[in-house]
Amino acid sequence: MLDLLWLVPALPLLGFLILIFIPVPNKLAGIIGYSTVGLAFLVVLSISKEFLTAPPESGHFVLHLWTWMSVGDFKPAFSLHLDGLTIVMLNVITGVGFLIHCYSAGYMHDDPSIARYFSYLNLFVSAMLILVLADNLLFMFLGWEGVGLCSYLLIGFWYKDPENGAAARKAFVVTRIGDTAMAIGLFLIFTQLGTVNIQEILTKAPGQWQQDSFMVTAIALLLLGGAVGKSAQLPLQTWLPDAMAGPTPVSALIHAATMVTAGVYLVARTHTLFELSVIAQTAVMLIGLCTLLLAGFSAITQTDIKRILAYSTISQIGYMFLGLGVGAWSASIFHLMTHAFFKALLFLAAGSVIFCLHHKQDIFEMGGLWKKLPVTFLSFMVGCACLAGIPGTSGFFSKDEILLGAYYSSTGGPLVFAGGVLGALITAIYSFRLIFIVFFGESKTEPDVKQSAIMKGPLLILCALSLLGGLGHFYHLPLENVLPVGTHTLAANQDHTLLTVILWTVPFVGIFIAYVFFQAKWLDPAMFSKNIVLIKLQDYWRSGWGFDWVYDRVIVFPFKFFAKINKSDVIDSFYGGVITATRQIHRMTSTTQTGSTRWYAACMVFGLLITLLLAVAL
Amino acid sequence: MILIWLITILFVGGVVALIAGRFNALLPRIIAIATVVIDGFVFWNFCSGADLKLNIEASSLAEGSTWITQTSHVWIERFGINLFFAMDGLSLVLIALTLFLGVIAVLSSWSEIVDDTAGFFYFNLLWVLAGVVGVFTALDLFLFFFFWEVMLIPMYFLISVWGHEKKEYAALKFFIFTQVSGLLMLVSIVALVVIHHQQTGVFTFNYIDLLDTKTDSMIGMCIMLGFFIAFVTKLPGVPVHSWLPDAHTQAPTAGSVILAGILLKTGAYGLMRFIFPLFPEAAASFAPCAMILGVVSILYAAKLAFAQTDIKRLIAYTSISHMGFILLGIFAWNTLALQGTVMQMVAHGVSSAAMFALAGGIQHRIHTRDLRDMGGLWTSVPRTGAIATFFLVAALGMPGLGNFVGETMVLFGAFQMDKTITIVATLGLIVAPVYALKVIQEAFHGELNTQNYDKSKMTKLKSHELVMMGSMIVALVVLGIYPQPVIDTVAPVINSMLYNVNTQMALVN
Repeated sequence: MLDLLWLVPALPLLGFLILIFIPVPNKLAGIIGYSTVGLAFLVVLSISKEFLTAPPESGHFVLHLWTWMSVGDFKPAFSLHLDGLTIVMLNVITGVGFLIHCYSAGYMHDDPSIARYFSYLNLFVSAMLILVLADNLLFMFLGWEGVGLCSYLLIGFWYKDPENGAAARKAFVVTRIGDTAMAIGLFLIFTQLGTVNIQEILTKAPGQWQQDSFMVTAIALLLLGGAVGKSAQLPLQTWLPDAMAGPTPVSALIHAATMVTAGVYLVARTHTLFELSVIAQTAVMLIGLCTLLLAGFSAITQTDIKRILAYSTISQIGYMFLGLGVGAWSASIFHLMTHAFFKALLFLAAGSVIFCLHHKQDIFEMGGLWKKLPVTFLSFMVGCACLAGIPGTSGFFSKDEILLGAYYSSTGGPLVFAGGVLGALITAIYSFRLIFIVFFGESKTEPDVKQSAIMKGPLLILCALSLLGGLGHFYHLPLENVLPVGTHTLAANQDHTLLTVILWTVPFVGIFIAYVFFQAKWLDPAMFSKNIVLIKLQDYWRSGWGFDWVYDRVIVFPFKFFAKINKSDVIDSFYGGVITATRQIHRMTSTTQTGSTRWYAACMVFGLLITLLLAVAL
Repeated sequence: MILIWLITILFVGGVVALIAGRFNALLPRIIAIATVVIDGFVFWNFCSGADLKLNIEASSLAEGSTWITQTSHVWIERFGINLFFAMDGLSLVLIALTLFLGVIAVLSSWSEIVDDTAGFFYFNLLWVLAGVVGVFTALDLFLFFFFWEVMLIPMYFLISVWGHEKKEYAALKFFIFTQVSGLLMLVSIVALVVIHHQQTGVFTFNYIDLLDTKTDSMIGMCIMLGFFIAFVTKLPGVPVHSWLPDAHTQAPTAGSVILAGILLKTGAYGLMRFIFPLFPEAAASFAPCAMILGVVSILYAAKLAFAQTDIKRLIAYTSISHMGFILLGIFAWNTLALQGTVMQMVAHGVSSAAMFALAGGIQHRIHTRDLRDMGGLWTSVPRTGAIATFFLVAALGMPGLGNFVGETMVLFGAFQMDKTITIVATLGLIVAPVYALKVIQEAFHGELNTQNYDKSKMTKLKSHELVMMGSMIVALVVLGIYPQPVIDTVAPVINSMLYNVNTQMALVN
């Protein structure tokens, strides 16, 4: 059965090929789209079952397909690597991916380009699966760039609006900056270790480099650059809010559940390198902490339902980075999984709202929807409960583990823990602000579109996963052989009642604050709009802390300016100068041809004299 | 003998097309495609039966045993000039590329040139191809120079007769740049031969014999620079690149296809075949400068590409940018970088040919090359949009397609030689999507803009266009996921070049 691993990325790829080469009717396009991913999910399930019941002795399984290119030591292969971490990722990608594909078939059913939509979506799933299955960094880079390409294509799916195109290009180019850092990291790794195979790197690294040596720090930081770009963390987070221009199921799949967590996967996958460098690991932690706070504040001030969720995604991935940075490895992956469930749920539910309200996205044009869209309301409640971390939900368990890990780890500490708790408070506030404004209060727009079962089904399944994903056997992800024992397990030996009490109360405090302002209206949120400083501060947060403003002025405008002034290539004007000079000389010398014999004779004598003079002088 | 046949078939086919053009305007294109296909078949037939020397022993690397076939006839005995043709794995790959793109070039001008000039058009086209095959196989330096000129003059006519609004200017610029730099090469060749004569008392233009010439550093450097300038002008690299945007913009579609796909590769081939093997020391001391030139080409041309509004001009600048990787790779001079260079030549040959064919097709339909006149083409011709997206994505270095393999190997190889220069070169990966995605946006996305042309004129791709696009897509995918056959074919050549250069360097020290 394990030998069929190649089918997992191949099936969605097949769907992609069918959809681009065979003109299928629109109804069939959706079926091809979700059935290939569904089949891949079934294969993943049976592979997982076999792998977990009868694991290979080495703890992992490698399927070598063919050697990509082989020149001396440089021989990256198309090889698939299966271990516990891959199993988790595969299940998330194909499982959640399948549900989102089904939902998409309903959401996009009347779009004339539905075949193109599903072809991109299938290609994306295939590339994402390659990303997590690759056994070497170059093959992983193939998946890595592949998901970036699909992300570009899908953000700009409705290509007629130039703004969508701009958002798509921004996403591609900004992540490409991170990818370039990652590429340089690969060069360094290969030069130092002579291999790009991940397992070989992890084995060789501790022997090659001293703890905290310059080289391993540089490599880890360069890889982190790639991770930061893909996962929309500081300072490359600016593309994700704009990426919401794509169809909402795309945001659910690519910009919440799977692709944006690729950075987390990369860091977890190469954890040995980060453990060798305190600087790199601290950088991961600080990036995570800052991102989760900054994005949280931005989320509170947004009015577009998708942008709220986008900032929330950035913030939640910040938690994952925080977890990686403090060494709570498996807790981060756990949060990656639960986040995939509840954030996919939230995006799909937001999609339902948008779908039923004819593509309205401003939350202040909504209101009182809970009665009219009961399934959507339920989904939102569940999703936000998980997001806010209400005890018992999956989001609570995973976030708890990360924060406990932060408290007890050597890189973290109480201060980092406090930062994370503040983030959790903000999370609870903005998620229930969303609920209160959209689903309660007076109704502003009437929904008049019915959702089909194919859209409701995935919502309900994701509700169940979000609620129960933290319990039972899910709690023990098969990560023991892959990742080190996390710092969050240290909590078990300590008395951490106080921390537990804090973690239990924070979500409720946040919800209460949201209730005070946005439901009960005991305090009017307009009070923040009276003071000029507060208004400016809100604008500043809403614009994402001014990163775009700075990048435009430091990078984009100068680049465009220099491109514009040098459009006709200054070097070419040198050759133009040669032409002009030649013509001038030609003109000057041709004036000497006067036809006057006396003038010619005088010139000859003069020339002769000079020649003689020169001859004498020399 | 096969090599002489390959060239002769193309020469003769050209003459036949010229004569046939007097009787029928549609006949020459059929003769042209038949000629290239027959040539390809003859070549294929030979290669499938020949020993490609894929597994030569390390011990026999020194003897120049990598030649798959060679043939030599006396031409001018007094100066030791021979009709010396030889083919090794490197030549083989490049000839295959030439013939493949030859077919593409004929197809791309299939419905563009159908008047009574067609005979002369295809005559020139086939003679350029003959010249290129000659360049890739001639190993007598005089003969090499002869073919260098043979490909120049028909190309001049292709641009100046069938070009667009500023064709005379562009053709003349192309001619002068190539001719002046070619003359430098001629001087260098003669100087090298004279030095060899002083050392051994034998006049010879034979490449293999000249490899043993010892040149002292100053003179060696000067002669090397003569070759270098000629090849870099052809490549082209900054700062001698400025003929290319004009030539490409003005050339007819088939001309652009051949120019970008094949002619530029003769510069790369020359750099690889002659610079390090003939002048190991001079080349090694010059390598950092050349690598920096490569990096400057990558970044400077990418920035220029972004600024353009003329789609052909834009693609021309992307070519210069991609050729920068070749310059970088050759002067890094190690196995990985050289393999990457060859891969980049092939992949860029295909992808740039495809982009020029597409741009030419669009221009042929709506009579404009200006991106500002386009917009929303995806709405009217979605398939063309998808194909263009594919090639632009290939050009920006998407893994899984040929260009990525080339660039990656060059960068991995060059990084081992010089970290700083390579890191700067890697920044090219950021600029590439900036210009490539701009083209997709401005030409294909957005609302359909038909202010400057009649909507009905933007028609779907015809079947012959689909065939050629399809074959190039397949080529890039295969090169991207299974490049090993190309790597294996050129491996012996690269190993033997490296071995010989290292031996010579060791002797000197």
